[in-house]
This record gives sequence, C-alpha cells and structure tokens, in this order.
Amino acid sequence: MFDFLQGYDVLGAFWTTIQLTVWSAIGSLVWGTVLAAMRVSPVPVMRGFGTGYVNVVRNIPLTVIIVFTSLGLFQTLGVSLGADTFDVINFRLAVLGLIAYTSAFVCEALRSGINTVPLGQVEAARALGLSFIQVLTLVVLPQAFRSVVGPLANVLIALTKNTTVAAAIGVPEAALLMREMIENEAQLILISAVFAAGFIVLTLPTGLFLGRVGKKVAVKR
Amino acid sequence: MSGAAVSKEPFTPGMNSRALVELHHVDKHFGPLHVLRDIDLTVDRGEVVVVIGPSGGGKSTLCRAINRLETIDSGEIAIDGRPLPAEGRELARLRADVGMVFQSFNLFAHKTVLQNVTLGQIKVRGKDRKSAEERARTLLDRVGVGTQAAKYPAQLSGGQQQRVAIARALAMDPKIMLFDEPTSALDPEMINEVLEVMRQLARDGMTMVVVTHEMGFARSAANRVVFMADGRIVEETTPDEFFTNPRTDRAKDFLSKILHH
Repeated sequence: MFDFLQGYDVLGAFWTTIQLTVWSAIGSLVWGTVLAAMRVSPVPVMRGFGTGYVNVVRNIPLTVIIVFTSLGLFQTLGVSLGADTFDVINFRLAVLGLIAYTSAFVCEALRSGINTVPLGQVEAARALGLSFIQVLTLVVLPQAFRSVVGPLANVLIALTKNTTVAAAIGVPEAALLMREMIENEAQLILISAVFAAGFIVLTLPTGLFLGRVGKKVAVKR
Repeated sequence: MSGAAVSKEPFTPGMNSRALVELHHVDKHFGPLHVLRDIDLTVDRGEVVVVIGPSGGGKSTLCRAINRLETIDSGEIAIDGRPLPAEGRELARLRADVGMVFQSFNLFAHKTVLQNVTLGQIKVRGKDRKSAEERARTLLDRVGVGTQAAKYPAQLSGGQQQRVAIARALAMDPKIMLFDEPTSALDPEMINEVLEVMRQLARDGMTMVVVTHEMGFARSAANRVVFMADGRIVEETTPDEFFTNPRTDRAKDFLSKILHH
C-alpha cells in the first residue's frame, strides 16, 4: 500500500524541514529578542525602528518575503550569503526570510511577557545601579521568557509549518517533495496524509514538551 | 509663604561639607498637578530625616527624585557634593551609592533571597560570587532572615520580604538609604520587625530619608521631621517640637487627625 514511497527520500525532505526550522528558530529568537529590547528601550530611534519593523514585516505574506529573498536579494542584488551552490544559497535565503518574518512574532510574544514584569522590580534594579542592558538581561527578560513559553511554542509550531513556503524558491523540503510525488503518483490522499502525519510528528511533541516547560519555569508571584 | 521671589544665589553643592543630600529650588509637575513646589532640603551625614504628611503631598515623589527615579522640572539636586547626573553610566554609578527601599518590596521574583542580595554586588560592584555571598549572609542575618536565604520571595511574608529588600540595598554599601513608605503594604503585626531593623540602622549612623506614616518611628528615630503638604515643605523641625508644638495650622490639622485614635 505504501509502494508509492519507494524511490523518494521522504525522510531526507523532512530532515531539510527540521534544519530550516531549527536555524530559523534560533535566528528569530535572537533577532526577536533584540527587536523586543528595542521596543522597550529609552531611545526613541530604536523604539521607532522596532515598532516599524514589526508592523511592516508581520503584515507581509511570508510567500512574498521568501520570494523576495530569492528574486530581490539574490538575483537582483547578488546577495548569496557566502554560499556558491544554488541548493545552499536557496536554503540560506529561506532561513533569512523565515527569521525576518518569525522574529516579528517572537518580538510581540516576548513584549507581552515583558509587560508581566512589575515596574517596581525594574525600578529596584535601576536603584541598585544596574544599566539598562543589565536590567533587561538580568531582571526583565528572564522573567519575560518564563511567562511566554506557551506563546513561543505557538510561534515555533507555526514556524515549522511555515517552512513549507521555502518550496516556493526550490528548497527541497517536505512540501516540495510532496508536490512532486502528487504529480507523479496516483495516491493523492495517502501522500497528503503521510506528509500531514510527518508534520504532526514534528510539532505535537514540541507543543507538549514546551507546555510542560512553561509550567515548570513559571515565576511565582 | 511671603518670600515668593525666587532667590538667585548660585547653588554650590559641597560648600557645606556635612551635607550629603542637597535639594535646591526643586520643582516638578505631573501634568497640571504641581507635586513639588520649590523644595529646599539638606540632609546631613548620619542624619535621619523623616518625611510625613497627607497622601498626595509629594513625599514619595521627593524621595524618588533623590535618586532620579522621578525626573524634576527645575532646580538642582546634589549628592555628596556632586550634581545628580541626567542619565547613563554616571547616573547608574550614583544610584549604586543610594540605597532604596520601596513600599511594595520589589524583590526580583525569579531569584532566591540570596541572589537578590548578591546581584548588585556582583554586577555593579564587580565583587566575586564568594565574597558577595558572604556579605549577603551577614546582612541577611543582621535583618533576621538568614535562614530564608535559599527561598524565593513569594515564599516569604511581607515583613520578611521587606527586610530582604533592606539587606539588598545595604549590600551596596550605600552612603544614604531612602525608604519610600516601607511599612505601608505590611500587615500590622509585621510592621515592627521592619521598623526595628530601621531603628538599628539609624543607631548605627546610617544617613536615612524615610517617608512614612509611622509616627512612633518618627518620634523615636528621627533627628528631624519634615512635614510636607500640597507639594511644599510646610514645617521642618525636631520630632519633639513638631509633635508637641506644631506651628502651622496645616500641621496641627494633620496631627489632630492621626493622633487621636
């Protein structure tokens, strides 16, 4: 019944999906944190940039962003991100696009966490003589992260599924292979089911695990 | 109130070598509300100044302005002869020398009691962890919560939390301690344990500015009472003088409302 799988590297395609997810997750966590820091910083220019970035980027369809990294950044501006084969270039461009997009959502999740930290603790930290960066990294962000593990898990699950958009610029991940198989084989429903199951296998444990982590690290007040 | 004309003598902080905190013609508004009106105040080294007065009179704002948690509109504030820096590293350095205790304790909820007291020592003073912890344990013992060092703030009573907050501020070896209504959020039976720690501090010679509604503390521990109402310093005298012989009607009215029940 699963003969149609023969000759296709389904696991390899999902491995690419995982790699896209992991690199993008790390990148968007870092960039999203920087954006959140900008949005709460005392410097108006930074606040303006952070706000502007989030409001522009999160309202652009991901497909447009991913296609732009290929057509705009690579083919027009020649940005190849240090790679020389098309496969690697496209992979890196897709990661860049996914980071640019997902970080806006990470930023907003994190900012809602920052808002849960009582202002009094920030004042106490400032009164001790800590700098803005120290207040942020020692007092505010550790508590903010703990309170938004759940929302960040949502962002991660969405990111995992969003990696399928990388198919638009030819990154050989799961969705690209699925399209190819649907064209070649007469097993439309089964093929879809296999790939759907594959994504659930990736995202379901993520959600359950992070849900538990979130409960465990929650700050008692 | 008659000397309405603002005197223009130059402000030279540090002229009086006994003065640790100097406020000179300080004004502040919250929107249309004039919360600090032409405040002049000097706090000498080793002096305990208690600020009392009706709510909304500007007491807390005055206290918070001293380490610039509130900015001021005009006037000057100097600490230890140096004008208060506007922001940045200089301001952070000055704040490290000014201990502050808040009404709502404001302990760092994600850190243990011990970590609360070592954080500033390690990150601001650059001490190593071991000597910071040693100092922290000494201070926690001194305020009577030494056995709670490994707990998180949420596991402590209000009185214990406030004493930890005092230890946290003392760990920075501040030149002065500011107390912004330190007992107002406490259950009555816990007020005394905090006041006792503060009395001990005063006896040890710490310079203190205390905003409070605890008249007993003002009588027993203050060198000077500053009575504030409507953004002004209305009276400034010894506790004995203030409580037995207030000069202004505003102070008489205030005292009559709080002392007769």
